[in-house]
Amino acid sequence: MSLLEIRNLSVDFATASGKFRAVDGVDVTVDQGELLAIVGESGSGKSVSMLALMGLLPWTATVTADKLEFDGHDLRKISGRQRRRIIGKDISMIFQEPMSSLNPAFTIGWQIKESLRKHTNMSRSQRQDRAVELMQQVGIPAPEKRLQAYPHQLSGGMSQRAMIAMALANKPKLLIADEPTTALDVTIQAQILELLTGLQQETGMALVLITHDMGVVAETVQRVQVQYAGQRVELQEVDGLFENPHHPYTAALLAALPERAIEKRLPTIPGVVPGQFDRPQGCLFSPRCKFADARCIAERPTPAGRDLGYALCHYPLIDGQPTGKETAA
Amino acid sequence: MLSFLIRRLATFIPTFIGVTIIAFAFIRLLPGDPILLLAGERGVSPERYEQLRQQFGFDQPMWKQYLDYVAGIFQGDLGISFSTKRPVLDEFLTLFPATVELALCAIILATLIGIPAGVIAAVNRGKFFDQALMSSALVGYSMPIFWWALLLIIVFSGTLGWTPVSGRIGLQYFFDTPTGFMLIDSLLSGQSGAFRSAVSHLILPTVALATIPLAVIARQTRSAMLEVLGEDYVRTARAKGMSPMRVNGVHALRNALIPVITVIGLSVGTLLAGAILTETIFSWPGIGKWMVDSIFRRDYQVVQGGLLLIALVVMIVNLIVDVLYGLINPKIRKG
Repeated sequence: MSLLEIRNLSVDFATASGKFRAVDGVDVTVDQGELLAIVGESGSGKSVSMLALMGLLPWTATVTADKLEFDGHDLRKISGRQRRRIIGKDISMIFQEPMSSLNPAFTIGWQIKESLRKHTNMSRSQRQDRAVELMQQVGIPAPEKRLQAYPHQLSGGMSQRAMIAMALANKPKLLIADEPTTALDVTIQAQILELLTGLQQETGMALVLITHDMGVVAETVQRVQVQYAGQRVELQEVDGLFENPHHPYTAALLAALPERAIEKRLPTIPGVVPGQFDRPQGCLFSPRCKFADARCIAERPTPAGRDLGYALCHYPLIDGQPTGKETAA
Repeated sequence: MLSFLIRRLATFIPTFIGVTIIAFAFIRLLPGDPILLLAGERGVSPERYEQLRQQFGFDQPMWKQYLDYVAGIFQGDLGISFSTKRPVLDEFLTLFPATVELALCAIILATLIGIPAGVIAAVNRGKFFDQALMSSALVGYSMPIFWWALLLIIVFSGTLGWTPVSGRIGLQYFFDTPTGFMLIDSLLSGQSGAFRSAVSHLILPTVALATIPLAVIARQTRSAMLEVLGEDYVRTARAKGMSPMRVNGVHALRNALIPVITVIGLSVGTLLAGAILTETIFSWPGIGKWMVDSIFRRDYQVVQGGLLLIALVVMIVNLIVDVLYGLINPKIRKG
């Protein structure tokens, strides 16, 4: 049985100008101890779907799903109190901006120990020991001293390490890392990723890495879920995805990687993710897709089979060529 | 921390000099002759007038009078009131506890109600409680305080007869006032009913005086909370599984309090400087009423000395607020 199973998750935001669908029928499955990446550009609903799982969306959001199950708990039916016993303990999350994600008014130690006090029966001295242990685990030097530091006294990388220590405090079964390295220096990025994957192997927890960096994906994860405009457009093992992307969007993303560029000019994907008012009627990627035809513009595609990476496309690519088009030349 | 204190104390010096000059000049700019006012309708003979002028030192040039005044300050001598013939400092110390008692009660009431109200309003933003609270805060803030105080007296003292109209304690009680704080002295006196009487006398002036700070604190708390509630660390706290009570009341409020403390500090300063209207309406023998009476009498010494002491109190309160600020906001502490 999967640790996390999300089926047909949708999130709508009530805005002043009407409903906006940020997540549109997304499925996510995470097995015990697995490392999954969710990739997509800004506005593709990566973070929102995970925040929905955590119950951290503002009240303007409406979450619907056919299935939203974590470790045997149906998160759709659960009360706020029951959910708060799970999040922070069995599911933890770290965020994009480590500097602003730590509370400036409290010491690092206070913030780590608060989590322990909430979810365990540890005594004061046990909590202190555990906090020191966690700080060592995430590679923070002089842990006793750093526990007494305030967030503004730490660098960005250190803050993210402290955030990770806090997230790991109660040995979660699932850690969601929401673009954990976006706000950091490039050199620090690699360290934090290494730390995360190292900890994942060490503790056996599952890790969901939300990112828009394909380079990160190639190096670290096992399975990749590509999202576009709130929909899952492809799901594949990382090797397969890089070798043979089945959705044109994935292919375009990969072509835009500097490491893979073969032409003089870096290829880009023209246009932007559709917003609230320019949502296409058919395939959401059709306005930007170089393979799109009349059917793509008119009709919504359905996911392809497992062998085609569940590609949400009328003409899934095989070796870069669209298949299933009737009008072959 | 020590260097911070020293730096802050150093800023007292120019402020202090400024206050002495303003206090000295201001009262002398007002038309009216203190000796004539003192003499009243009987009038005074030219010889006696000249004699009094010399006695008070008004025949000296202005700069000499100012220097004498400043020299007096350094010797702890703030002069003697023309009208009561008592040293200004003694009068101040007799009356100040009454003002402190009233001001503290008012600010405690305003804080205890204002902060929770602001938090609840922010958390329920846009809902009924929020709108009701913010409208009443606006009303409270805009209401003329003398009108509000009179209304309170009419309703609670007049119609309902629940509280006394004015004064600090019932006339039937007589006891020593070693501290000057009626709540404490009435307890020390051991007379039955004295404390109850002191409390009942305090209620209406406290409510009247607390109204504006209460409105200001509630509004400030609400807006600070709204700002803080959108911060990433509030989301982090929720992601840790903390209850809404703890997220709002600890993680968010602790940060939202920073601007609120400033507002409270400023209010304390203003209240200690004398709540003139409230003290006058409730015949509360504090320094606000004392200053107004002295200005009408052109009692130069009292106005000069009183203003100086009030300025000192306000400066000390502000210093305490700054220290508290550091305790709440670690970024300032180390800075």
